[in-house]
Amino acid sequence: MSRWASADPASSGALLSVRDLKVTFPTEDGLVKAVDGLTFDLRAGETIGIVGESGSGKSVTSQAIMGLHRGTRAMVEGQIVFDGRDLIKIVDEDLRRMRGRDIAMIFQDPLSALHPYYTVGNQIVEAYRVHNDVTKAAARTHVIEMLDRVGIPNPQKRVDQYPHEFSGGMRQRAMIAMALVNSPRLIIADEPTTALDVTVQAQILNLLVDLQKEFGSAIIIITHDLGVVAELADSIMVMFAGKAVEGGEAEEIFYEAMHPYTWGLLQSMPRIDSEKKERLVPIAGNPPSLINPPPGCAFHPRCAFRDDARLGCSSVIPEFDISTEHPARCLIPEGERRAISQAKTKTRTA
Amino acid sequence: MTDLSPSTQVPDDEPAATPVATPSASVTTPSASHDKTGAAGGKRFMRQRRKATDEGVALGEVILEVTDLKKYFPMHTSGLVHRAADPVRAVDGISFSVRKGETLGLVGESGCGKSTAGRTMLQLLPPTGGTIRYQGKDITNVQGKELRRLRTEMQMVFQDPYGSLNPRQTVGTIIAAPFRIQGITPEGGIKAEVQSLMKRVGLNPEHYNRFPHEFSGGQRQRIGIARAVALRPKLIVCDEPVSALDVSIQAQVVNLLEDLQDEFELTYVFVAHDLAVVRHISDRVAVMYLGKIMEMGSRQDLYENPLHPYTQALLSAVPIPDPRRENKRERILLTGDLPSPINPPSGCVFHTRCPRFREELSESERTRCTTEAPVIQVENGHQVACHFAGPPKVEVF
Repeated sequence: MSRWASADPASSGALLSVRDLKVTFPTEDGLVKAVDGLTFDLRAGETIGIVGESGSGKSVTSQAIMGLHRGTRAMVEGQIVFDGRDLIKIVDEDLRRMRGRDIAMIFQDPLSALHPYYTVGNQIVEAYRVHNDVTKAAARTHVIEMLDRVGIPNPQKRVDQYPHEFSGGMRQRAMIAMALVNSPRLIIADEPTTALDVTVQAQILNLLVDLQKEFGSAIIIITHDLGVVAELADSIMVMFAGKAVEGGEAEEIFYEAMHPYTWGLLQSMPRIDSEKKERLVPIAGNPPSLINPPPGCAFHPRCAFRDDARLGCSSVIPEFDISTEHPARCLIPEGERRAISQAKTKTRTA
Repeated sequence: MTDLSPSTQVPDDEPAATPVATPSASVTTPSASHDKTGAAGGKRFMRQRRKATDEGVALGEVILEVTDLKKYFPMHTSGLVHRAADPVRAVDGISFSVRKGETLGLVGESGCGKSTAGRTMLQLLPPTGGTIRYQGKDITNVQGKELRRLRTEMQMVFQDPYGSLNPRQTVGTIIAAPFRIQGITPEGGIKAEVQSLMKRVGLNPEHYNRFPHEFSGGQRQRIGIARAVALRPKLIVCDEPVSALDVSIQAQVVNLLEDLQDEFELTYVFVAHDLAVVRHISDRVAVMYLGKIMEMGSRQDLYENPLHPYTQALLSAVPIPDPRRENKRERILLTGDLPSPINPPSGCVFHTRCPRFREELSESERTRCTTEAPVIQVENGHQVACHFAGPPKVEVF
């Protein structure tokens, strides 16, 4: 079985197995299919990068894993098996016990994710004491160690400060400290560096890599920045309109991409290390509606390689064959795509 | 290297600048139909522009000249009596010039003053000090009618395509606003002109009566761009025009900006934090830190031969979407946080975070950094504000 899906989630040995995950939101205009049948495995200590444009369903996926859609009108179907238990089915009480202890989340905007009325220290102490039976003093000592570990200078003083007294980078470090305080086995980082400046981003990414080695956590990193996944991810899943369109090892996605949308993403990004001043090649059109997705392949209205007459791009829904190591959701014969991919990689890396 | 005093540190200011690209005078009258300067003129201009920048030769005449520009925001003490306290030095003495037809990139991290600089240039914020000259004329502190007249020539594209469009106005009304405000009726009427603008920026003219919320982020940015070019301005300050957009859409908007530049002979000041986009679009680039310009030079100079430790750290921090290269790279990491622009560090403002200061300098050399503000040095139009400017120890890419 491939990295994307083992036969039986319960006995696969994977830390997290997502099976045919669907998240739909009822709205006045109809059902929004934010995530539409997602399947993947994540093994302990590994990093998977989920990339895609806004509205592709990457954040909704992470929220579903954390159970953040409970109590809302969103409908979550499928299986999310973590450590042998289905997170969609377990009772709230059990989920609450796992959240923060086994699975932790790092949000994009640390200012709105931290509570402005409590000191940073109090918030992390709380996160620690919810899952550990320790005294306040012991927890505080542990939290100061944690703040020190994530590179916050002068943690004895910082622990008693409020979020607004921290800079953006320091807040993100504090969030990481809070996420790691219980040594979770899975960290979900949803655009963890998007709000940060590049020099701070470099510091935070370095920190994440170091901490992963130290704590052995698996990471799901959600981002629109291919540079960030190039640095962190072992495997990458590319999402479009609520579905996975391509999955593979990081190197496969960057050098042997097999889906026109992935080609488009790689091509449309100007590169800082390229002196060529050529026209950028954008992906034409706009993101599709998730209420009435285009028939057939959802990407076909924007695809430069569609061939309706021969392949029926606007009527046939392409399969995503998760039994292979490098699946891609496209109707174009694989041999043709491989040839296009090689040519594109050659011009890009030349 | 020659030391220049701040008042004369304008870059490649050769007096013999030949007016390469001034095809027709018709562009000066905003009401004139743009058809006259349409495809043919645009193409000619484009060729000249590309040729000129490729050869590293100066373009047309200086269109905008900024000298020792300062913008301080007043601060007050808290409590009952609000006394004036030290101001925020958002822009603290920057000088540069922009030539007709070129794109000047203004980069730096958040809080470095790049957006404030862009806004002050356009008189959206009154400057605290320094002068701004537009086409040789001092426009610092112009007001009233004169300022309104200036707005027909200088426009702005804003970062946030959600916040910069009035949600209760239709797209037609939004794009027509410059005509209404200036009291200009284009040939064929406002509606026809607005629809032709919509078409030009890649919007469906039939959507004239729709509201901003009916458009995606990329389309909204096109609306903002259509409004900015409506009066055929000469200079547009683009303040982070693509940073709120997805990568796939970002490329569409960058291409559109480049096409409009060629077609309407626009000059851009492109304010952005994304160094890759800036490398792609700019002819020259200025790197700002704590309200000051650290380094400025041609695109090639700045990206291939960065001399300032801050520029080097900035470039080195950008992840490259290429794992094999990425794994081989050695990062120049900055430590610490941005100091407060209320109390900038003494001497060189960057010394508190400078890797060269920390690792490569002797005690006496360090004293120089902490006490003496570096004067901008110029060599072949490549300016650096560093006492110990030089290539980095490790490759930045």
